[in-house]
Amino acid sequence: MIQIENLSVRAGDFRIQNVSLTVPSGKYGVLMGKTGSGKTTILETLLGLRSVSLGRIVLGDQDVTTMNPAVRGVGYVPQDGALFSSMTVRDHLDFALMIRKAPKSACQQRVEELADLLGIEHLLDRKPKGLSGGERQRVALGRALSFQPRVLCLDEPLSALDDDTRVRMCELLSDVQKKTGTTTLHVTHNRDEAERLADYLFRIEDGQILQVRPEPQSAV
Amino acid sequence: MGGTYVVLIVGMLVADAAYMTEKTFDGITSEGRSILSAISHNPITTALADKRIQHSIWLSLISCTMSAVISVLVAIPMGYLISRHEFRGKRLLDAVLDIPIVLPPLVIGLSLLILFQFPPFRWIARDVVYQVPSVVLAQFSVACAFAVRTMKATFDHINPRCEDVAVTLGCSRAQAFGWVLLPEAERGILTAFTLAWARSLGEFGPLLIFSGATRMKTEVLSTSVFLEMNVGDIEAAVAVSFIMVMAAVVVLILTRMIGSDHHAIQ
Repeated sequence: MIQIENLSVRAGDFRIQNVSLTVPSGKYGVLMGKTGSGKTTILETLLGLRSVSLGRIVLGDQDVTTMNPAVRGVGYVPQDGALFSSMTVRDHLDFALMIRKAPKSACQQRVEELADLLGIEHLLDRKPKGLSGGERQRVALGRALSFQPRVLCLDEPLSALDDDTRVRMCELLSDVQKKTGTTTLHVTHNRDEAERLADYLFRIEDGQILQVRPEPQSAV
Repeated sequence: MGGTYVVLIVGMLVADAAYMTEKTFDGITSEGRSILSAISHNPITTALADKRIQHSIWLSLISCTMSAVISVLVAIPMGYLISRHEFRGKRLLDAVLDIPIVLPPLVIGLSLLILFQFPPFRWIARDVVYQVPSVVLAQFSVACAFAVRTMKATFDHINPRCEDVAVTLGCSRAQAFGWVLLPEAERGILTAFTLAWARSLGEFGPLLIFSGATRMKTEVLSTSVFLEMNVGDIEAAVAVSFIMVMAAVVVLILTRMIGSDHHAIQ
C-alpha cells in the first residue's frame, strides 16, 4: 500500500500543501496532472529524495516519512530512464543485488527472470548507447524491479516514446504489474496512458489531489 | 580567420621541423657524412644524448604526471561540489578558481615564493622552495584550475537522476558517487588529466621564480629551452621544444584513442 497523508512539501519557491492519496496493495495508481502541477515533487518525496515539511508517508505497514531512500524499498523509473552509460544491461539488472551483496547465482537467476519478463534477453550485453526509447525504459523498469521493491514509482516513463511503442509499453507495464503484484504509482500527463493503466486514478489540480477512479465513496 | 589560425599553428610546427632538418643537413654537408647518418646525428639525438636534457626530460615526465594526478584528485570533489550543490560563497569560490587562469604566470610564481615566507609554509620552505617539490607545486597551482573547470563541466553534463536512481536502488550517497557517477565521468577525468598534464609541461613562469632554473636539479623541459636560448644555443633550444611538441602530441593522440575506444564500447 502507498499512503500519503496530509503531505506538505517545499521545493524552492514551489509548495505543495496538505495532499493525501492512497493506493491499496497490489494496485496500479496513476497520478495525472499538468506540467508544473507538482506530480514529480510528490513522487520524489515518496522516494525520499525530498524532505517532508508536514504529514506522513506509509508504505505497506511502515511509516517511511523520515527514512533514507536507500532503505525505503521503492523502485524508481525516471522519465528519461537515467541509465548508467558505463554499465551493460546485465549490470543494470544486478546492480541493486550487488549492493545488497547477494550471491552470484541469485543475481544471475534474477537477471534471467527479469530479462525474460521484459523481453530484453538479447540486450543483456549491450550498453545503453544505441538502445531505442522503449528498450531503455524496459531496462530502467527491470533495474527498478530487480530488488523486488514493495512499491514501484514511475515518473512519466512513456512520455518520450512514439505512439506504437507507448501502447506496447502500456501493455507491458500492466502485464508486469499483474505478474509481480507490486503496488505502483505512475505519474503522467497523458490521459490515454492513465485510462489504460489505472486501477486507481488521481488528478492533481490547484495543489489538491482528487481521486477520480474509483470514486471515493466506492473505493476499497 | 579560423583558417588563418590553423595555418599559424601548423606553420609554427612546420617551421620548427624545417629548422631542424636544415641544421641536420648543414651538419652532414660540413662534416661530409652520409645522408643516413642524419638518423643518428641530428639536433634531437644530440639533445637526447645530453645528460642535463635527460634529467630535464625525466623530471618533466615525473613532475607533470604527479601534478596532473594531484590536480585530478582535487578537481573531482571540487568540480562535483560546484556543479551539484548550492551553498553560500559558491560564486566567490568560483571566482577564486579562475585566479590561476587569469593571473600572469610570473605573479603566481612570485606569490608562491612570498607564501612560503609565512608559517606554516615557512616551516617546510627549505625542503620545497628551489627544490623538486616546488616544481610540482608550481605546476599544480596552475594546472589544477583547468582540471577543476573540466570536471565541473563534466558533472554539469551528467544527468543527476542517475545518482538519485542509484540511491533508491540501495546505494549510500558515497556509493552512488563511486559506483555510478565516477564511471560516468571517466572521459571527463581523462580530459582533465590530459589538460593538467599538458599545462604542467608548458609551465615556465612560476617555475623560474619559485623553483629556479638550476641544471640537473629543478630543470624541466621548458626551463631547458630558456637555458639553451640564454647561452645562444638555438639549435638545442629548438630540439628540446620539438621534444615537448612530440610529448604533447603523443599524450593528445593517446587520450583521443582511449576516448574513442571508450566511445566505441558504449
